[in-house]
Amino acid sequence: MSVAPKREDYDVVVIGAGPAGLAAAATSASAGLTTLMLDENIGPGGQVFRAISSTPVTDRDQLGADYWVGADLVQALRAGNAEVIHRATVWSLDRNLDIAVSIGGASAFVKAKRVILATGALERPFPIPGWTLPGVMTAGAAQTMLKSSALVPDGRTVIAGQGPLLWLLAAQILRLGGRIDRILDTTERGNYFAALPHAFAFLTSPYFAKGLAMMREVKAKVQVVSGVTELAAAGDGQLASVTYVAGGKRETIPADLLLLHQGVVPNVNLAMSAGVEHRWDDLQLCWSPVLDASGNSSVSGIAIAGDGAGIGGANAAVVRGRIAARAAVEALAPASAVRLPAMATLRSDLAKAERGRVFLDTLFRPAPQFRIPSGDTIVCRCEEVTAKDVLDSVAIGATGPNQLKAYRRTGMGPCQGRLCGLTVTELMAQARGKTPQEIGYYRLRAPVKPITLAELAAVPKSEADVKAVVRG
Amino acid sequence: MFRRSEQDKRPQVQIFVDGVAVAARQGDTVSAALLASGVDARRGTAVSGAPRLPYCMMGVCFDCLVTIDGVGNRQGCLVPVAEGMQIEIQKGKREIGR
Repeated sequence: MSVAPKREDYDVVVIGAGPAGLAAAATSASAGLTTLMLDENIGPGGQVFRAISSTPVTDRDQLGADYWVGADLVQALRAGNAEVIHRATVWSLDRNLDIAVSIGGASAFVKAKRVILATGALERPFPIPGWTLPGVMTAGAAQTMLKSSALVPDGRTVIAGQGPLLWLLAAQILRLGGRIDRILDTTERGNYFAALPHAFAFLTSPYFAKGLAMMREVKAKVQVVSGVTELAAAGDGQLASVTYVAGGKRETIPADLLLLHQGVVPNVNLAMSAGVEHRWDDLQLCWSPVLDASGNSSVSGIAIAGDGAGIGGANAAVVRGRIAARAAVEALAPASAVRLPAMATLRSDLAKAERGRVFLDTLFRPAPQFRIPSGDTIVCRCEEVTAKDVLDSVAIGATGPNQLKAYRRTGMGPCQGRLCGLTVTELMAQARGKTPQEIGYYRLRAPVKPITLAELAAVPKSEADVKAVVRG
Repeated sequence: MFRRSEQDKRPQVQIFVDGVAVAARQGDTVSAALLASGVDARRGTAVSGAPRLPYCMMGVCFDCLVTIDGVGNRQGCLVPVAEGMQIEIQKGKREIGR
């Protein structure tokens, strides 16, 4: 299980075994490049194809055909020579393409000629009052348990938010016999009009018919409240109720489980810590890396594929993985590139996979009140810092997320800003009358996931290493 | 909060939560097994002691932190259960030496 990498040097190291990573590693290995795939999870699949090789949900219709596509990707990877290590947490990547990875409590170091980051997405923070209460989780969390352990909600369950995943999850819970009491749709009414000009591309994308069928399936069985403009969870040490406002009317319903979702955003920590330039995306409301058409980042040798390159969904992620891997093959072993699909073909596949994305991004753009909290609502879950704390710090001189650390420790807890970073940027930007781009983001550094001092201390050191830090 | 679908035919694995035997299934993560078990698995935060349960189940939120086989601050959502595994619900900060 806890096997260290076999070599010290690889042509290509792929980080993350979701759709993009699986496709990239299979492509790179098939062209004869020495390929290492490192992934933090127990098995392949990332989030979208989670537990694809081990799910106890055997009825294929329950998870849907789009899920089982992942099995083909895993098969393609296993047919080749890529070395795959799971439960491997990459905690450092630098400009020299040196990688530090923690496997079974010990760190190993490898060097790559090219790195393809496929670290995917995470759910956008949903900072409402009470979102830290036990019983409040992300929709993705429920889906993870459903796919990997066939677990379904059985208490009083409310799903709140917006976006395609919310409907997919609801349909899957119902198919497995789970319970959903109410769905609270927070999509802003104005978004429907804003999205209209982009509707044609969406109507001709494969997502349209599937999405519509799924929403019908869910609405036939669950009460759906649309136009929700306020949302709060309450309870004493445990979720007890959910309060919402829709159409100007306030209602409180008892609940044991609240599942939140308002889209996904790139998981930027590893890329940013390697120095990859990111820019604020005004449509997707998140940081996205600056990339060329092959996924190459501002750091030579590091490419990014999948949702970490900007949210595009699973189909786009697969193609981006193939494009990034083909670019690596063209650079390292140009003669082998003829064995792979032509770049022009891949680019046209990508355009097809990305069709309708602008419509989805516009329709499901989360409302300001669900992104930028106020008062006692917790912003930083790790350090338990509220919106008011952040605004008070701005009032006495905190200029951006990095200064705020010195005032309130936001982003300095174990999650390293993953659950508060976007909120802090937008909250401070609003308070200071600046754009998120001007306000910036946390300066991220290795280790991007916590490791123990004992693990660091056990790392092999040369005499020169010791001399460099020991006096006398 | 959660229950297992009947189609789940995976073999059982016995783990111990604060010394009490709990039935999990092979392939469960520690966090999934705790949430499925019905035991009170709420940890206490390091800052205020506030009760928390796992939030993201995908390795990013760190609200699933738990002591596993004597090692504190493990992300329960990333660790698969194993026969005889000893889980302790962590109240507050990780202790020195654990």
